[in-house]
Amino acid sequence: MPSLKELRARIAGVKSQRKITSAMKMVAASKLRRFQKHAEASRPYADAMRRMLSELAAATAGQGELPRLMQGGSGSTHLVVLLTSDFGLAGGFNANLVRSVRQIVSRLEADGEIVQVLPVGRKGGDAMARLFPTKLVERLPGTAGREVHFQTAADLGARVTQMLEAGEIDRVTLVYNRFVNAMTQTPTEAPLVPLPVPENDNQTENTAQYEFEPDEGELLARLLPRNIQVQFYAALLESAAGEQGARMTAMDNATRNAGKAIDDLSQRYNRSRQSNITKELIEIISGAEAV
Amino acid sequence: MPVQVEIISPEKLLFRKEVEMAVLPGEDGDIAAMPDHAPIMLLLRGGVVSLYENGQVTERFFVSGGFADITSQRCTILADEALPVTEIVLSEAQERLERLETQFTNVAADDISHQDSLSRRIQSARAEIEAAEISHPTH
Repeated sequence: MPSLKELRARIAGVKSQRKITSAMKMVAASKLRRFQKHAEASRPYADAMRRMLSELAAATAGQGELPRLMQGGSGSTHLVVLLTSDFGLAGGFNANLVRSVRQIVSRLEADGEIVQVLPVGRKGGDAMARLFPTKLVERLPGTAGREVHFQTAADLGARVTQMLEAGEIDRVTLVYNRFVNAMTQTPTEAPLVPLPVPENDNQTENTAQYEFEPDEGELLARLLPRNIQVQFYAALLESAAGEQGARMTAMDNATRNAGKAIDDLSQRYNRSRQSNITKELIEIISGAEAV
Repeated sequence: MPVQVEIISPEKLLFRKEVEMAVLPGEDGDIAAMPDHAPIMLLLRGGVVSLYENGQVTERFFVSGGFADITSQRCTILADEALPVTEIVLSEAQERLERLETQFTNVAADDISHQDSLSRRIQSARAEIEAAEISHPTH
């Protein structure tokens, strides 16, 4: 049985923990709202880009050699880009993702591909350095829970594009947590190269009569790297929102558990205080009776 | 019948409105989007998009390059970066131009693609400064 003093110290400790977790929850909630808004605001660009790509893909179909960014290389080196958070305390956010990366990597290897991993974010970097030290290309820093700027995605996209053009890699897959709601983030595998040919979804507009300036090839050559950047941007935003959602949920649970622990400890404290008093009273009374 | 113009940057939708005409800075020369324009996709250089209503310019946006998709009813502008001309900060644009120009002099002579992209960005910065000077002259 711990002494009263020990119990008091533990109650105080858990109370201050609860303060921290509940503050973290509030911060995550407000960040989540902001990131969600950003993710929504970035959608029109991605949508318009998809529409243009599908037009271009239709126009260039069957026109000889397609760019490497579109159909990938002929080798078998597969780059897996993994987006994780920089900080933990977000429940299973990173662990789930790492588990699905392991599955993806072993599946790709079973298909005879040479896998390379490019983790973005400290947590993913740690896990990949531990699991696949030989496959690691480089560990890139994440966004540290701050706002996601397009430049971050642009740099990442430029890096991957460069590797692809240099022939270091042939295919690219992006793995990240897709934001479903504050409770749920789904690990998602998105192939970037070869480009999954977008369905031509606007049949009402007559696509055959499009003109291109300067020409299809040039436009495609400029649009494709941009598309990779946009995909990274969208994924970074989703992942950032997901991280805050996961943290909010995890901290909410932690706050609730701390509350329970405090109730428990308080009860034990009161019980032992009362039993101490009773014991003292018995001692006094029995002492008085003996006189 | 007006044409529906959208100006979109990666971060957000900046402008969506029906206007009479939009003049875009195409890479091979300016192009005007009007109702019933033949469908065309084009590359944009750094420059100013002007929106016309009743023969008058109502709004101007600076875009630093990008793509445009014009059909008979709409004109979608995917800008790398975009902002209303009135919000350009002249000193920042000038600083950027100077930085780009020093970069340009340092680029290896045989690195054509890098030179190419830099000169495109220099032109874009020049266009930005020019647009700012017309919109809010400093003297």
